[in-house]
Amino acid sequence: MVELALPPSDAHAAVRLRGVTKVYDNGTVALGPLDLNIRKGEFVSLLGSSGCGKSTALRLIAGLIAPSAGTVDVAAQSSSQAIGFVFQEPTLMPWSTIRENVRLPLKLAHMPDAQSSARVDEALAQVGLADFADAYPRELSGGMKMRASLARALVTEPDILLMDEPFAALDEITRFRLNNDLLTLWRELGKTVIFVTHSVFESVYLSQRVVVMTSRPGRVSAECRIEAAEPRDDAFRTSVAYAGYCRDVSQALMQASDAQVSAAKAQA
Amino acid sequence: MKGLEPLPSVDRASAMPGSIVWPVVVFIAGIVLWDLVVRIGEIPPYLLPGPLLVFKTLIADWPILSESLGVTLLTALEGFIAAAIGGIALALLFNQSKWLEYALLPYAIVLQVTPVIAIAPLMLIYLPQQTAVVVCAWIVAFFPVLANTTLGLNSVDRNLVGLFQLYRASRWQVLRYLELPAALPFILGGLRIAGGLSLIGAVAAEIAAGAAGAGSGLAYRISESSYRLNIPRMFAALLLLSVAGIVIYMLLALVSHGLLRRWHESALRKEK
Ligand SMILES: Nc1ncnc2c1ncn2[C@@H]1O[C@H](COP(=O)(O)OP(=O)(O)OP(=O)(O)O)[C@@H](O)[C@H]1O
Ligand SMILES: [Mg+2]
Repeated sequence: MVELALPPSDAHAAVRLRGVTKVYDNGTVALGPLDLNIRKGEFVSLLGSSGCGKSTALRLIAGLIAPSAGTVDVAAQSSSQAIGFVFQEPTLMPWSTIRENVRLPLKLAHMPDAQSSARVDEALAQVGLADFADAYPRELSGGMKMRASLARALVTEPDILLMDEPFAALDEITRFRLNNDLLTLWRELGKTVIFVTHSVFESVYLSQRVVVMTSRPGRVSAECRIEAAEPRDDAFRTSVAYAGYCRDVSQALMQASDAQVSAAKAQA
Repeated sequence: MKGLEPLPSVDRASAMPGSIVWPVVVFIAGIVLWDLVVRIGEIPPYLLPGPLLVFKTLIADWPILSESLGVTLLTALEGFIAAAIGGIALALLFNQSKWLEYALLPYAIVLQVTPVIAIAPLMLIYLPQQTAVVVCAWIVAFFPVLANTTLGLNSVDRNLVGLFQLYRASRWQVLRYLELPAALPFILGGLRIAGGLSLIGAVAAEIAAGAAGAGSGLAYRISESSYRLNIPRMFAALLLLSVAGIVIYMLLALVSHGLLRRWHESALRKEK
């Protein structure tokens, strides 16, 4: 079962997974055992190869699926709006306009439209979609849909933001811009962000800590702290320190898959 | 300036709405062929009346036929509304409780697979005639609504379900904001089928009722004309029935298009 509160001793923990495994109904062992501690206000990236269980880990943290073993603790879960989730696909309702899609979380919390409109407009402006509020999802490009999905996750002002490869489908320029916007939001609002990505570069640029996962079933293979000067900006992208971190994380990622290969060889 | 002129024939042909032109062409060709067969073969009107005679009969008998048409349409409409409400309501019930679905679905299927023409005489014994006819229209029409609505309610994007779960939406909110809108295209598809079927059900029951005695719907006019060998009137009534069926279908298609126009693939025009 997902416990909705952490013990009081751990006032700084936002998310804690202990020995979490997930076996899907069809017998796929997708995850674990996974141990993960994330502090309040931390920006952590989960990095791993395709199919290693990153999305599964996020779904577990969000409480959308239950772990097969182990415990998932998430702090400050009193309200239904404490977690924002950006799914790997945009996941918009095709029958509603972008504005109504973004308004959904507030609507589900019974907030009257008159009251929610300002927050919806603000969230749309944050992701640069103010001009497309009345468009339908099919009228938007893939990247714009993703930004709409991000606006929806932000509109409740959640404490914890779970993001599943939100920018994977975007062009570099837009991605860089949204990376910066995300960092600004994170700094200003002090949210805890768990960010899933395939990209070594993106994970290094954004996070304070990169958690490198083994291939399926995903476990923590290595953790890299990125102790770069804040605030980060485009200058960081071209810095020597950045290149160094990218090299370290790449190596860790390579080792994660090598370890897998040698383990498989040992088994054979 | 030759190079700037639009390519003549090809473009205009592609601009013509083929969905209207071709059925009309086939229709006219069919009428002409029918007329030729009757004239050249010198077929007597009590075997096969020509199109002109059918049309004349339609005008001459309009008072009787229009009244009968009204009766049949009203029956079909009542059956259709009952089917729409019953089919959607039952699908919603099934959606709320798997047990209800297991318990009731087999009987819905039994109703569906038993030919209505075989049920109608029974209904006419137990129910007042007009009610029996409506019930038959309902029996024929409700299953596609039920089946399509159920399919629609079960076809919701799994991630959207997760999203609603994340924000702790109530059962009612999930239904209202997620499942019903997602099911709408399916429900409308079911209703489109049900519209035609309710007419078929009404006619089948009217024919059974007509054989039993009283009756004044279009189907009754058809069997009555057949006894009296008034074949032109039979054709006129038949013509009215098919026109009614087409109009019902087009009306429902129009409603469906209007409701889905903004977002559903089926109703979107192809990008030029
Ligand atoms: N609903 C499900 N039922 C059964 N197996 C599943 C389900 N969802 C995911 N899996 C399996 O679990 C494993 C992990 O899936 P997951 O989606 O978590 O991977 P991922 O790390 O997010 O991959 P990607 O980077 O490609 O998105 C995969 O092998 C996948 O086949
Ligand atoms: Mg994934």
